[in-house]
Amino acid sequence: MNFELLIQLIVNGLIVGLLYGVVGMCFVLVYKSTQIVNFAQGEFLLVGAWVCWAVLIYLELPFVVGFLLTMAFMAIFGVLLQMIVLRPMIGEPIISVIMITIGLSIFFQALMKWIFGVSAQSYPQVFTTNSIQIFGLNIEAAYLMSTVIALIIMVAFYLFFKHSKYGLAMRATAFDQQIAQSLGISVKQVFAMSWGIAATVSATAGIVIGMVNGVSNSLSLIGIKVFPAVILGGLDSIIGAIVGGLIIGVLENVAEFFDSQYLHVGNMYDIAPFYVLLVILWFKPYGLFGTKDIERI
Amino acid sequence: MSSLTMRPCGDFRTSYKQDNTIFETTTIKNVAIFAIALLCAAPYLVDAYYLTLFIQISYLGIAALGLNILVGYTGQISLGHGAFFGFGAFASAWLNISFGIPVLLCIPLAGFLTMAVGMMFGLPASRIKGLYLAIATLAAQFILEDFFARADWFSGGSAGSSADPISIFGFVFNSDESFFYIALAALVIMYIWGCNLMRSRDGRAFVAVRDHYLSAEIMGIKLNKYRLLSFGISSFYAGIGGALYAHYLGYVSAEGFTLFMSIQFLAMIIIGGLGSIKGTLMGVVFMVFLPEVLESGVGLMKMTDWGNIPMVVDGLAYIKEMAIGLVIILFLIFEPQGMAHRWAQIKNYWKFYPFSY
Repeated sequence: MNFELLIQLIVNGLIVGLLYGVVGMCFVLVYKSTQIVNFAQGEFLLVGAWVCWAVLIYLELPFVVGFLLTMAFMAIFGVLLQMIVLRPMIGEPIISVIMITIGLSIFFQALMKWIFGVSAQSYPQVFTTNSIQIFGLNIEAAYLMSTVIALIIMVAFYLFFKHSKYGLAMRATAFDQQIAQSLGISVKQVFAMSWGIAATVSATAGIVIGMVNGVSNSLSLIGIKVFPAVILGGLDSIIGAIVGGLIIGVLENVAEFFDSQYLHVGNMYDIAPFYVLLVILWFKPYGLFGTKDIERI
Repeated sequence: MSSLTMRPCGDFRTSYKQDNTIFETTTIKNVAIFAIALLCAAPYLVDAYYLTLFIQISYLGIAALGLNILVGYTGQISLGHGAFFGFGAFASAWLNISFGIPVLLCIPLAGFLTMAVGMMFGLPASRIKGLYLAIATLAAQFILEDFFARADWFSGGSAGSSADPISIFGFVFNSDESFFYIALAALVIMYIWGCNLMRSRDGRAFVAVRDHYLSAEIMGIKLNKYRLLSFGISSFYAGIGGALYAHYLGYVSAEGFTLFMSIQFLAMIIIGGLGSIKGTLMGVVFMVFLPEVLESGVGLMKMTDWGNIPMVVDGLAYIKEMAIGLVIILFLIFEPQGMAHRWAQIKNYWKFYPFSY
């Protein structure tokens, strides 16, 4: 058994899992505050990564400026999307809401393919060194940065929801919309804000992944891979999203390892999370940390 | 069969039988029979191009009706319909090649096989619903897609598998003109069956489960049974549609049955109208003609001086995809009940012309 490879894969899995956790957190944020299941989450990553790429390549700005510009763009993008497309859907049945986000995802995927083409593009060099040796393990600089960024985002989320006025308003809205409204919280604003935050933060994850693997349409697949993570953690639990993301990230790498060493089935990296997903739904549909749905007539 | 909300004022029924007819008036019945008779003559009247479109409408329409039974009538969500469609296609080809079963028998058998697979993935449906179910079927989509690419014994792996054309008593249906009749017959049979299913006890149970599942359970409808049955029937339709597709094209490749296809099926029933059999067909026709119309639109633009923009002409494939996404969004915002609802409104306007409201 190749322990070194296994450990390397597990570390990679943890790092990628942290990014899944970040994207999953955005998913949970949108779900909790607006009751919308966002199938277009992956397209936030995609749009963000492409916009940042275009800004860096065509305007030739330094990375930090381009990154901040992209963040601003994505915040406006998310808010506008909520205002124009999602706002008319309030109160519609769940299938309509799911379908409208699927429609959005198809639209933006095709739009990005149309504008930027189907081949993967790489970002201009940001770091001087490509990879760093830590405890004998080879870790890419971009991955290291992604870990730092992911941790910063998580701490920022915690502080935002614990202490800021807007964060508290969002939690109140998630708890009960009517009560929140009666206390003077603008639910409309909260909805728009949660989409804006989700778009911005997902775009960060998209840019980071794009820096490692190159930007291409496959980024939107992350939005689908987040589902196993989120379901595992429980749909309405932010901590659950992080834990689920880590588990799924490690799991797909470990599955890939055992597959390449012993089983030789192939393609386990992409498929294993979905088998896990089915098993979870079978035995524990509300996940590890999710709230159980109790229905009364 | 129109639902209560679609009925205009002043249109009352006085007996249960009236409420339960397939055709609301004799005129509608006559028009339907006349339309089918006219379609029978179509191979002699219209271009082969339109025949291929019709065949496409027919196999997609059968699968879409299955999805509408599941989504529109039972209120369950499925994002794996494209994979079930593909499973039907592969199953029929596999049965034919490996066991030498005649093609005509393979098609219903493939339907039943797909039904079994669909019910297997639908098993969690008895426990979960709504969003969770959507995600479970999403998993089914990816697992099946992976299975197609891998199972050489079943699907021929990445090379795909070939399917023989349908033959009855030595007559081979291998041209567009001859296959047209098979497609038409299958479409009519499956739609009549669908209509009748919805008039039966099981159909009413589906609607009850959709409208309020707790009340339905209290009234003695077994939720697990009907949710699973609905999954089974929907997969059966998908399997039949897929099998027809396989034997029409003569070749099935593992790449076609993606999540995008599942979404296209969902788009068809949303555009046509959830919970409407007539609407399903309208939605399918819309979705089949949409890319064609776009293509000819761009073709016309290309001929003019100002319209020959290379970006538009080269990006036609992406524009078609975008149009599908856009159409889903626009319909959900502006006409959530679909084309069937719009059609009923137009009809009612003229029915009570000066006094309609």
